[in-house]
Amino acid sequence: MKTAFTRIALATACMAFAGQLLAAEPKRPECIAPAKPGGGFDLTCKLAQSGLKDAGLLKAPMRVTYMPGGVGAVAYNAVIAQRADDPGTITAFSSGSLLNLAQGKFGRYDETGVRWLAAVGTDYGAITVRADSPYQSLDDLVKALKKDPTSIVFGAGATIGGQDWMQTALIARLAGIDPKNLRYVAFEGGGETLTAMLGGHVQVTSSGLGEVTPQLAAKKVRILAVLSEERLPGKLADIPTAKEQGYDIVWPVIRGFYMGPDVTDEQYNWWKQQFDTLLAREDFATLREQRDLLPLSVTGDELKALVFKQVEEYKALAGEFGLMQ
Amino acid sequence: METLNFLMQGFEVATRPENLLVALFGAFVGTIVGLLPGLGPINGVALLLPLAFALGLSPETALILLAAVYLGCEYGGRISAILLNVPGDAAAVMTTLDGYPLARQGKAGIALSLSAVSSFIGSMIATCGVVLFAPILANWAVAFGPAEYFVLMIFAIACLGGMVGDKPVKTLMAALIGLALATVGVDSTTGVYRFTFGSVSLSDGIQFVIVVIGFFSVSEVLLMLEKTHNGQKAVKASGRLLFNFKEFCFTFWTMVRSSLAGFVIGVLPGAGATIASAMTYMTEKRMAGPNGKFGDGDLRGLAAPEAANNASACGSLIPMLTLGVPGSGTTAVMIGALTLYNITPGPLLFEQQPDVVWGLIASLFIGNVILLVMNIPLVGLFARMLSVPNWVLVPAITVISMVGVYAVHSTTFDLVLMIGLGVFGYILRKLDFPLSALILGFVLGELMEDNLRRALSISAGDLSILWNSPISLCLWALTALMLGLPGLRWWRSRRAAQLANA
Repeated sequence: MKTAFTRIALATACMAFAGQLLAAEPKRPECIAPAKPGGGFDLTCKLAQSGLKDAGLLKAPMRVTYMPGGVGAVAYNAVIAQRADDPGTITAFSSGSLLNLAQGKFGRYDETGVRWLAAVGTDYGAITVRADSPYQSLDDLVKALKKDPTSIVFGAGATIGGQDWMQTALIARLAGIDPKNLRYVAFEGGGETLTAMLGGHVQVTSSGLGEVTPQLAAKKVRILAVLSEERLPGKLADIPTAKEQGYDIVWPVIRGFYMGPDVTDEQYNWWKQQFDTLLAREDFATLREQRDLLPLSVTGDELKALVFKQVEEYKALAGEFGLMQ
Repeated sequence: METLNFLMQGFEVATRPENLLVALFGAFVGTIVGLLPGLGPINGVALLLPLAFALGLSPETALILLAAVYLGCEYGGRISAILLNVPGDAAAVMTTLDGYPLARQGKAGIALSLSAVSSFIGSMIATCGVVLFAPILANWAVAFGPAEYFVLMIFAIACLGGMVGDKPVKTLMAALIGLALATVGVDSTTGVYRFTFGSVSLSDGIQFVIVVIGFFSVSEVLLMLEKTHNGQKAVKASGRLLFNFKEFCFTFWTMVRSSLAGFVIGVLPGAGATIASAMTYMTEKRMAGPNGKFGDGDLRGLAAPEAANNASACGSLIPMLTLGVPGSGTTAVMIGALTLYNITPGPLLFEQQPDVVWGLIASLFIGNVILLVMNIPLVGLFARMLSVPNWVLVPAITVISMVGVYAVHSTTFDLVLMIGLGVFGYILRKLDFPLSALILGFVLGELMEDNLRRALSISAGDLSILWNSPISLCLWALTALMLGLPGLRWWRSRRAAQLANA
């Protein structure tokens, strides 16, 4: 009852809002996925693409273009320099982009360089071992690390300083060892890491949860911990969180969009409006679940605050782990 | 027996009229995309994916479409390589080495038709491999760790020794330039930016497609301009359009060998079609010894890389289907496509989606036949490209290369970089440096460095990891064989001479 009421209220509010602003739909809408085709950014763009189209929120078909480089650094610079006022362009970002941004790897721009539009979903970090691994829980792993930091080889799809590495560094910190003493192997993407773990070349995979769940269904791996605040809904409810095992590590991987810095308020609000409506829809929730993403709906100023907060946290972490140049 | 039943079921799916139509369409689009420099299979697949989705195709139909495009690209890449000396996609770099000289000798028709057959045999052998050995090979591919990859790259470099030929210093220097270019960009282990000069555009390094287009396409355009200026005439395509039985027999075993090798390399995630075609080309060159005319239009030098790159493309489907991990950039996009259909690619795919998997495999057979049937009659048409005057050809290649590169990365920086590399490539070519060595240095260097560092991170710096597994020992033995082969041949010929004297 309560949710229905909220929904009606929200819809009414939306309509009232839309009536006031009525900025026109931009011509030639485009979503920049700042990576090669096939990765997480591509998925984020496709999610918006099909979601907005199915809901009739965008009449013209939205193109997806690829602009790979530096976990979004190239696209970030290109948007600020060349498309600062383009009302038709939205660009995908993830927590991984924010992490590099925090470490000064985005060139001369910082987090105030663009207009943060909407976060449409989230994944969480996960610590995974092979199904036949001796480690049954995160506790086993941390204890083994304490005993001998060099006894375990971690594999991940990111370089030192990347998200997956951060997760392992946080675990190392809990075990009271210097992350630099960890045996850490950087692969190219989650797929390669998993292959290496299945082949027994590394013992632990640090990645996003979405990257390992397919293998979970086949009972090839065991997820020691998901790095979320509380247990996840649905079929993922069996996976223990790090928190409930007594280790306070939470690592969300936010996925969303930003726009150029000089986009007018009207145009910005038009997009915000569309996303607000989209995120409240039930069929979008299904779409999001199909892509292994969990609910997270933050738009406009709220998102801006969230992004700034995350960047601050990342800066602090990077400083602590000696990553700042 | 069970496999056969599944395959029959797959054929039942693949021969549905809509699937046949889609395979035909995909094969055609793939050939065109493959032909255009700059656009490779990954773009072709990424381009058609939204279309498949928008048309509401069923998952098996969509996958059949994408696989047909993938195969088609491997066929198409050879056309511009042979006719224009511009590889249509990265895997066709080696095809230029003998394909273009053949075209200059007026044998363009023969080269095109023979390479189409090589592609066909490569794909066919590899598809049979997928049917028979997919699960076994998947386990084998997993056994390949960083150390094994490193040794594989050593083996590849040993194969390249055959390229040195009569200008060892220049070949070595070209390879070193390639290695140097490969070091640009984010360090894969520490995340530190190397040689980016503060530019984020270089943060991921120089993209492979830009290196290939720059060094081959742009520099070729410059050479053409020079020829136009000097008033040289283009060669005519003359004589036969089809190879004869003798030529087929001459290259048959080369095709079979290269298909097998290409398939095996394709199964390994991370190696890929470019390395497969380079390794088989070099191996064939070694095996032919001084009798070969490799580099001046040897038919075997054309058949080997074409068979290998098609076989490798099919092989790369194995990790995708059995493990749910991409075996190449293109299969990564295909996995994304499956996700869109709410099919989770992974170890359970064979059990849960037999229609999709076996339909795909059967469509590889069908798509392959379609491609062969489509490509042979088109040989005459394509060969006429040679008579296109340079004043049309030069701007056309330039525009297509530019559009290709921009379509892939949408940044103007890459266009400038491409032209810069093209001018550099032109100078190197004028100085008679072999550019194929440069490209291979670029590809192998990056893989070798990454895997060596990974291996040593795993072993905490202990070098013995590099020869501790049966696979690496086997690869080391092959490397020794590869290096020892010329010596052995020399010894044998000397003995033969001695015996003759005695």
